[in-house]
Amino acid sequence: MITLGWLYPLVGLLFAAVALRSALDRANVKRLGNAAFWGLMAVSLLAGDAIGDFANGLIVLALAGLAGFGQVGRGAPATTNETARVAWSERLGNRLFVPALIIPLIALIGTLAYNYTPLGAAGWIEPKRETYVFLVLGVLLALAAIFAWLRPPALAPVEDGRRLLDAIGWAAVLPQMLAALGAVFAIAGVGDAVGAIARTAIPEGSVVLTVAVFALGMAAFTMVMGNAFAAFPVMAAAIGVPLLIDDYGGDPAVIGAVGMLAGFCGTLMTPMAANFNLVPAALLELKDPYAVIKAQVPTALVLLAANVAILAVAGFR
Amino acid sequence: MGGAVTYLPLLGILIVVAGFALRLNPMLVVTFAGLATGLLAGMSLPEVIAAFGKAFNDARIIAIVWIVLPVIGLLERHGLQQRAAALIRGLRGATTGKLLLGYLAYRQVTAAIGLHSTAGQAQTVRPLVAPMAVAAAGAVDDTEAERIKAMAAATDNIGLFFGEDVFFAIGSIVLIQQVLATYGHDLAPLELALWAIPSAVAAFVVHGARLLWFDRKRSPPSLPRGGGSRAATVVGAPPPLASGERSPSPSKLGEDL
Repeated sequence: MITLGWLYPLVGLLFAAVALRSALDRANVKRLGNAAFWGLMAVSLLAGDAIGDFANGLIVLALAGLAGFGQVGRGAPATTNETARVAWSERLGNRLFVPALIIPLIALIGTLAYNYTPLGAAGWIEPKRETYVFLVLGVLLALAAIFAWLRPPALAPVEDGRRLLDAIGWAAVLPQMLAALGAVFAIAGVGDAVGAIARTAIPEGSVVLTVAVFALGMAAFTMVMGNAFAAFPVMAAAIGVPLLIDDYGGDPAVIGAVGMLAGFCGTLMTPMAANFNLVPAALLELKDPYAVIKAQVPTALVLLAANVAILAVAGFR
Repeated sequence: MGGAVTYLPLLGILIVVAGFALRLNPMLVVTFAGLATGLLAGMSLPEVIAAFGKAFNDARIIAIVWIVLPVIGLLERHGLQQRAAALIRGLRGATTGKLLLGYLAYRQVTAAIGLHSTAGQAQTVRPLVAPMAVAAAGAVDDTEAERIKAMAAATDNIGLFFGEDVFFAIGSIVLIQQVLATYGHDLAPLELALWAIPSAVAAFVVHGARLLWFDRKRSPPSLPRGGGSRAATVVGAPPPLASGERSPSPSKLGEDL
C-alpha cells in the first residue's frame, strides 16, 4: 500500500538538494544558514520517524533558532530573466499551460477515480490520503513532460524550486511549528481554561446572546490557536452542547456545522493560520506579510455576522 | 467552575499575542510560547521538547505540497506567468473581479465535492490566478498589483474554507461529528454537511460582491490614484523576479544555469 511514508522521502530529497545547492551558492552571504535550515528539514522528512521525539524536538529548536536569528537568507539560483521569459512565452504559446495543468488534473481525476470506481476497492493507497499521492504523481509526470519537451538543464528543477523556496523562506516551516504549538497547548490544558472563561461571559437566559458568544468565541479562540479544529471541541464543551443544544434545544447539526464555520471566519483573520495567511504572502512575494489577511478581514467580519444569524434562525426553528 | 482548571498555561497565549503584536520573528515566538506553556503546565524541559518534536513530526503532511515548487519554478523559467498574463490580455471584457469571481466559484464547487487539495496557493494561485488577475486589471502600479495578488490569495482561502465543509467526508465534519457524539448527539455527516450550505452561499454572495466592487473602485482610469507615490514604489520594489536581473544573454532564451 502506498502511504505518506513513500512521499516524505521524495520531499526530503528535494530539501536535501536545495540544501546542497544553497551551500554552494557564493552569492548568498547566509548560504550556510540556508544549507543548515533546509538540511534539517531534509533530515526531518527522511528520518523523522527513526530519530525519536526528543531529536525531532532539537531539530525544531534549531530551525527556530536559524530563522529567528536571521540566518536564513535568499540565494541566487540560476534562472531566466524577464526578457527571456516573454520570448519563451511567445514561442511556446498556450501549450505552456499543459504541464501546469497536469498536476491539478491528475490529482482531480485520480481522486475521483479512486473514490468512485472499483479502482479504490483494491486498497492500494493509504485511506484518505489518495489526493496527496496523486498530487505527487502529477508532479512526477509534469516533470517528465517538461524534460521531454523543453529539455532544461538537469539542475533546473532544483534551482528554480530553490528560487521559490527561498522566496517563502522560513514561512514554509511555520505552519508545522504552529501545529506543534497547538499540540503543546492541548497537553497543557489551555482549552479548558479558555472554555471556563467563555462560560463566565454568558448572559443568563438570552439565546441570541449565547449564540453570539459561542460564535465569537469560536472565531476568537481560532484566531489565537490558528486553527478552528482546536477551538471547536473547547467551545462545544463549554457553550455549544450544555447551553445551546441541551438547555435551549438548538438543532445539533446547525450548532455543530455553523459553529465550525464561525471559527473559519477567525482563521481568515489571524497570522497564526500561517499556512493560509502568511505563506501565500511570501509565495506571492508581497511586501506586506499581512496583505492577505487585510484582504480577507472585510469578508470574514460580514460572514461572521451571517453565521451568527444562521445559528440563531436555523438553529432554533 | 471549580479549582480544577488552571489558568497558568494561558500565559502561552499571551506570549503569542504579544510576540505577533511586537512583530518578533514568529518562529521564535511560537517556540518560546510552546516551551513556556509546557513548563507552566508542569512538564520538564526534555518532556516539552519531545512533545514539540513529536507534534512537528506528526504534522509533516503539511510539507508535502512543496514538492510542486520545482515544477512551478521550471514553468516560470519558461514564461508561464507571462503566458497567463498574455492569455488574459487577449480576452475581451475580462476584469480582475470577474476572473476572481469565477475562481471563487470553481474553488467552492471543487472543494464541496471533496477536491480541496487539487488547487491551492502554490499549485494554482502563484503560477496562474495571481498573474491573470493582475493582467486583467491592465496597467497598474506596484501597490495596486500587490492588492490584486493579495485578493487572489484571499479568494482561494475563502473559496476553500466555505466550500470544503459541504463535502461530508472532510476532516472538520468528522471532528464535529465525533465531538457531538461524545455528548450523546449522534449525527450523520451528511446532516452536518447540509448545514454548511447556507454559509457557503453567504460566502459566495459576500466575497463575490466585494470582488465586483473591487473592479468598480478601479474603473475610472483617468483618476490617478496614489498621487506621486509611484516613483517611490518603483524604486523600493524588487523586480517581479529578482533573480532574473543576474541572468545574462537573453538571446540564449534562458538556457543558462
